[in-house]
Amino acid sequence: MTKLSNSSVLKITEICDRYKDEPTPLMMILSDIQNEYGYIPLEVQEIVSKKTNISVAEIYGVVTFYSFFSLTPKGKYVIGCCLGTACYVKGAQQVIDKFSEILNIKPGETSEDGLFTLDALRCIGACGIAPAVSINGTVYPKMSVDQVAGIINDYRTREANA
Amino acid sequence: MSLVNIKIEGVPYQVESGLTILEAAKACGYEIPSLCTFNHGECNQGSCRVCLVEATGARGLVASCVYPVNEGMEIRISSPKAIEARRRSVELLLSNHNKNCQQCDKNGKCELLHVATLTGAREGAFEGVHSQTYIDELAPGLVRDTSKCILCGRCIARCSNAHGLGILGFENRGFRTFVSPAQNRSFANSPCIQCGQCVNVCPTGALMEHSEIYKVDKALAEGKHVVVQAAPAVRAALGEEFGYPIGTPVTGKMIAAIRRLGFEKVYDVNFGADLTIMEEGTELLHRLTEGGVLPMITSCSPGWINYAEYNYGDLLDHLSSCKSPHQMQGAVIKSYWAEQHGYDPKDVFVVSVMPCVAKKFERQREQMNVNGIDDVDAVITTRELAKMIKRSGIIFNRLPDEDWDQDIMGDYTGAAVIFGVTGGVMEAALRTVYYKLTGNEYGKIVFEEVRGHDAGIREATIDINGTAVSVAIASGMKSAKILLDEIREGKSKYQFIEIMGCPGGCINGGGQPYVKPVFLPNEPDNILDIYKEKRAKALYSEDERQVIRQSHNNKQIQELYEMFLGEPNSHKAHELLHTTYAAREGFND
Repeated sequence: MTKLSNSSVLKITEICDRYKDEPTPLMMILSDIQNEYGYIPLEVQEIVSKKTNISVAEIYGVVTFYSFFSLTPKGKYVIGCCLGTACYVKGAQQVIDKFSEILNIKPGETSEDGLFTLDALRCIGACGIAPAVSINGTVYPKMSVDQVAGIINDYRTREANA
Repeated sequence: MSLVNIKIEGVPYQVESGLTILEAAKACGYEIPSLCTFNHGECNQGSCRVCLVEATGARGLVASCVYPVNEGMEIRISSPKAIEARRRSVELLLSNHNKNCQQCDKNGKCELLHVATLTGAREGAFEGVHSQTYIDELAPGLVRDTSKCILCGRCIARCSNAHGLGILGFENRGFRTFVSPAQNRSFANSPCIQCGQCVNVCPTGALMEHSEIYKVDKALAEGKHVVVQAAPAVRAALGEEFGYPIGTPVTGKMIAAIRRLGFEKVYDVNFGADLTIMEEGTELLHRLTEGGVLPMITSCSPGWINYAEYNYGDLLDHLSSCKSPHQMQGAVIKSYWAEQHGYDPKDVFVVSVMPCVAKKFERQREQMNVNGIDDVDAVITTRELAKMIKRSGIIFNRLPDEDWDQDIMGDYTGAAVIFGVTGGVMEAALRTVYYKLTGNEYGKIVFEEVRGHDAGIREATIDINGTAVSVAIASGMKSAKILLDEIREGKSKYQFIEIMGCPGGCINGGGQPYVKPVFLPNEPDNILDIYKEKRAKALYSEDERQVIRQSHNNKQIQELYEMFLGEPNSHKAHELLHTTYAAREGFND
């Protein structure tokens, strides 16, 4: 099992301490860790368990119950394809399938170079511009299958020039 | 206590307010079909929906296990609507259940099959996709098979109630939910102590002991010299498998049955227990008089040893170096006993009958063999022994009472018998330590202060020749943790501590017959509160019947030291009877 760096341990301990007076602190702690690190591996859950006296199995259960939490690192660019009803009838499934095909990953997975994570989202409230895709907060309205390759290339070029 | 008026099927009753409908109905003489027969707060989710009834003031049907009674409530258990709904609930549970009942080890004690029969659930009422199945057979003690799991959560509750551990939890969501250690790991590479308490409460065959009956069969088929040794707690509970009331000792019939299964010799692990007291008592005396690490902690319970190695690696010096009684006895059988019988130790096969599943793990520890020869070759539980007896056509209840084989290790004392109950090892050790320090036997024999039959901590101070010896006893890791944290913080005031893995000690071990009220119609309603006490009494009464009640007065033990071991804690004794421990990583890969 990979060991955490001392600074990570301190950071996670600090996050746990933020909520030490809360009667049910687990969701808040996990949420902060998810935001800080992008994922919550078992080693981190063990530290949270020691700090909160909540069993690792229970924490693991919460992490796997909510799709907001992730057990594996997310890519640099998180591609969220909305599959809500409006987007779906406007062809969102074909859009996400295209991302899958080009990146060679399934929804929920991260590309091998660590650049892209593909997520299937439920309604993100942008039905007027369906089908909608959101990449690190930038929203791409009225997506079509033909645009997918171009968008991925844009990000790859951006990375290559960085 | 206030009362409320309710009606069941139109008949008026007064019941305590605050009860659930299920509890109130029970008080009025109704057992609503449910999977809550092990209620005790260890399943209170109302998620299985088996116990649905009609109740006024509620919208639709209610789960009687969680819905409280209130004034004027009219309850209908037998309305066609309620009967139909309960049947549907069970059919839905069965639709995602692996229904290979005739191969299932829980058959006969399966609560799901029981409610299916009661409600008239039909085979194949709902056909569809099954959840993904995960089977964990890596751990020596336990097997987990999610195809049998109904997601009731009792195992999760028991693990945290008994031990504060919470090894098991729900994983994922919806149809993909299953119960497992974190990361869907095996019990073998998570900090599970393999005590088997979860097996005892599982309503189905999702959690079972890892059976070793096939190993015993193989040894018999190969014509080995198969020697059986049975632990004290087994005799206090085996009878339950054959319809005897809880707490009936069946020592004589158990010996007769084991002999009729074709084994060469049947010994009592009590001989090993007496041997343990000689070694452990001597070790304690050394530590007390020569400034060794104190408090010393007993090491008979392999569940407790697992817990210590996972969680208190810094305190392992406090553990007695003594092997547990059956390992000691196994080591003597493979050495002195084999030599005396002219057998090659490699042809001798030792089977331990234990109330425990962690013993299955213990016997496979690398420290549990001498010169490449395992002390013990197979461990079967009380339940597995019952299964072997039943399949062999032996009519247990008609057997005559027989006695243990007597050669070399037939004698045992009352001190050894009480090992099976929490506080027993402590009491047995005190009887011998008192004698060694004072030269006199302890007049009252019985150390009342250390007796009990439940989880929690007991403590006492015994005056021995003007020296006050402070002792404490804990069973279940939740209690043990308190004593261990005291030691870690340097605040412990004790010299000697007994710790047992299971709440109540071995009588409540993970390999003991299931105590499920629904299958025990002749036991009182509060049987879940008193079965440990009843089993403990069976052992205390056997202690009282013994003429010799102190381990050091066991003639054959004295002989064994004279002829073979020399003296307690001798070089030879250390080679055969003592062991070592090592800190372990809980989530190891």
